[in-house]
Amino acid sequence: MTIRTVRNIRRATQVVFFLLFFWLILKTNFEVNLTPDESGHIALPYPVSIALEFDPLAAIGTLLATGTLYAGLLWSFVILIPTIFFGRFFCGWICPMGTLNHWISEIPSERRSHRGKNKIQSNRYKPYQRIKYYLLVVLLAGALVGTLQTGLLDPLSLLARSIGTVVLPTADMAARGATEWVKSLGIGPLSSLADTMHSIVASVFLPFRPMYFNTIVSLGLFFLLVLVLNRLFTRFWCRGICPLGALLGLFSRWTIFGLEKKEAECDNCGLCALHCQGGDNPELGLKWHQAECHVCLNCQASCPHGSLKFTFFPQSDPKSLTNPPPVETVDISRRKTVAAAAGGLLMLPLLRSGVSFAANPDENAVRPPGSAPEDDFLARCIRCGQCMRVCPNNALHPTLLETGIEGVWTPILVARIGYCEPTCTLCTQVCPTGAIEELTVGEKVGDEDHPPMRIGTAFVDRGRCLPWAMATPCIVCEEWCPTSPKSIYLKEEVVTNSRGERVRVKRPYVDPNLCTGCGACEFACPVADRAAIRITSVGESRSRENQILLERSERRKRSST
Amino acid sequence: MKRRDFLGRTSKAVALAAVTGGAGLLFHNRPVYTHADIVSKQADFQIESTGDWPQVVLANNEDAVAALRMSLDGIGGIGRFVKKGERVTIKPNVGWDRTPEQAANTNPLLVGEMVSQCFAAGAARVVVTDVTCNEARRCFARSGIREAAEAAGGEVVLPTEDDFVNADLGGELLTEWPTLRPIIECDRLINMPIVKQHSLSGCTIGMKNFYGIIGGRRHRLHQQIDQSIVDLARFCKPTLVVIDASRVLLRNGPQGGSLSDVATPNAVICATDQVAADTRAVEFLNMPAGRIGHFKLAEKSGLGTMDYRAAGYKELV
Repeated sequence: MTIRTVRNIRRATQVVFFLLFFWLILKTNFEVNLTPDESGHIALPYPVSIALEFDPLAAIGTLLATGTLYAGLLWSFVILIPTIFFGRFFCGWICPMGTLNHWISEIPSERRSHRGKNKIQSNRYKPYQRIKYYLLVVLLAGALVGTLQTGLLDPLSLLARSIGTVVLPTADMAARGATEWVKSLGIGPLSSLADTMHSIVASVFLPFRPMYFNTIVSLGLFFLLVLVLNRLFTRFWCRGICPLGALLGLFSRWTIFGLEKKEAECDNCGLCALHCQGGDNPELGLKWHQAECHVCLNCQASCPHGSLKFTFFPQSDPKSLTNPPPVETVDISRRKTVAAAAGGLLMLPLLRSGVSFAANPDENAVRPPGSAPEDDFLARCIRCGQCMRVCPNNALHPTLLETGIEGVWTPILVARIGYCEPTCTLCTQVCPTGAIEELTVGEKVGDEDHPPMRIGTAFVDRGRCLPWAMATPCIVCEEWCPTSPKSIYLKEEVVTNSRGERVRVKRPYVDPNLCTGCGACEFACPVADRAAIRITSVGESRSRENQILLERSERRKRSST
Repeated sequence: MKRRDFLGRTSKAVALAAVTGGAGLLFHNRPVYTHADIVSKQADFQIESTGDWPQVVLANNEDAVAALRMSLDGIGGIGRFVKKGERVTIKPNVGWDRTPEQAANTNPLLVGEMVSQCFAAGAARVVVTDVTCNEARRCFARSGIREAAEAAGGEVVLPTEDDFVNADLGGELLTEWPTLRPIIECDRLINMPIVKQHSLSGCTIGMKNFYGIIGGRRHRLHQQIDQSIVDLARFCKPTLVVIDASRVLLRNGPQGGSLSDVATPNAVICATDQVAADTRAVEFLNMPAGRIGHFKLAEKSGLGTMDYRAAGYKELV
């Protein structure tokens, strides 16, 4: 097998893993043909979050932050352990974010400064590549004391949430818009063609119904920035920022596989550096940076003279001008590392001295059902957005600052857009790190052994409620209340309206013993803008402090739903 | 400057100015807002009533499908209602994300059987649809109705934006409203409700089931619920009403949640008079029909009679 064949295998591998990742995100979805089992429970047919479970940064981050390795995260060792022997092959062969950066970087540029000799020069090892190691130190030191921020910059989280909450909803909106526009032209055959095209595309790629997400612009701009930077510096993200790449770089210290440079007829054509992905100095005469190399094999495959070769236990010669010993350690200074670690350690006390940890966090920040207590939640959530993507009601949304700066892009429930369906456990099924712990239907709605899972409590806004403020009949919140007996009860009263007529209305009251905070009432309330009944987080099962009642008379359900 | 350059450049500038000004005039003073097209077609699918058959037939059987067959035979058989080559729409109640045992949605076995009956009578196409309250995919999955209808060869429509047309319902209260296309564009309509308690309208049976043919922000309808129900029932006149009373929901309606809210009268009613049908069915909830506002209003509006025995009533055991 020639080296060019191996390079083609690598290219194919990249395509396959990218498509696989994309497909898994697509399948993180409630499909129309899902069928419940005999107990009425609906489970996803595929382990759709498995790609995220192969993420060593998620594994090590949550391990440091919580002292446990959740469920499927052990899979990440399938990446981590081979890295110890073979280097950052993950970056060059597997990582779908890396692949996307690779493709975008390699689109030929029209700018002189990004071609030929200039590109060779920019592809040589640069000091900015150290940044990612310091970032990693900050993030892991933060994790060690309990605030997990790796997910903001973790490439797998980044790509999963960007596809799930930005790319697919935007594509859906665009496709609907385009179809509408074609149909508005009023040309019969063209309209039906547009409909057919749309239904084909929709059946494969697009959600069953339009999805809307909070702060989609911040997510979209961040993703766009990562992609655009590739056009200024080849794989800027992978080389300079990516904390997962940095982690794998650290684990590459004692690889047994690497680049050997020969004395053969090198004419300094620079093709190796021109195609280098990692910025690791494959050229003869320069020191190869082992921890930067993505093992993409481009240098060896593009060398016309066979001067470069990846091999086990590569040899080098300290006296050689062409094949000097590689740089085996990562290029960071001790002082700056200590400073970064101190910064990371201080991040937690700084963030948690804010008011949101003294008083209750923002009362509107209702977490998904099964979420860990807030401090543990923030030690686990990697912001992959899988819970938001899978929610059939579009209820879960990324935050911006609703849960403080520590919780950027973590999930909250926005009941006005979608409420939490009592018997649905999909978000708990897809969470790769246990920030949302997996629930059975019995644990969610409550059964003989479990009280129902509560995420908050509903409050009637008597100033906006039709029977309370406007002498107008309405019982929609009570109708929609899914608990049995209902948590919203009605009391009939005779009131006088503006014309002096006596009107019989039923006024809603909430029983906080029964209310689970699902938000169905807020969702259904006919007061269109700000609902006349709204949920806040108080009463949530996960918190001991965020409660109303001295004692809760727990409901034991007579039969499971 | 050469004459050629002068003419070339000026003529291009004049042309651009003309296009710019022309476009301005063309679009000037167009209406700010244009209404979408409104379909005004009554969804009246009733058949000629003949004296040969009773208007309301109730059958009791622990096997719900057998009860349906008995009552259907008692009212003249499916052949009386569905003819060869017709497009039939079946409108069960699939409102809530509940399992069949919880009696919040129509029994899926009955929906499946009804689809088969229609095909047996030669229907060209049978659509099963409902505008659900809870999420449509979950409702159709957990109610078992999607599976049952598809197994019988029916076409299940989970409504999305494209499945609605703007219809003029022509009611006292309800006028222009987004309405399910399969309800308007069909030849025969079979209303298949289940019997449930409801805290505002008293009960949710057949006429109230037509809340599920419209989209939009329909929760506002509760402000004048009786008139809203009657407006819908007047717009939408079904060929046949098949009421599922194999299980009924006594309290915590219309979605229940606990099996202790459910009773099992093991009955199925087939009827051609909407009001008479609902009046008979509400007895399963131990509710006096005279207290149900929308029944009285419906009778007054000429939609049928609350005296189901006078209308022709038969009970089969």
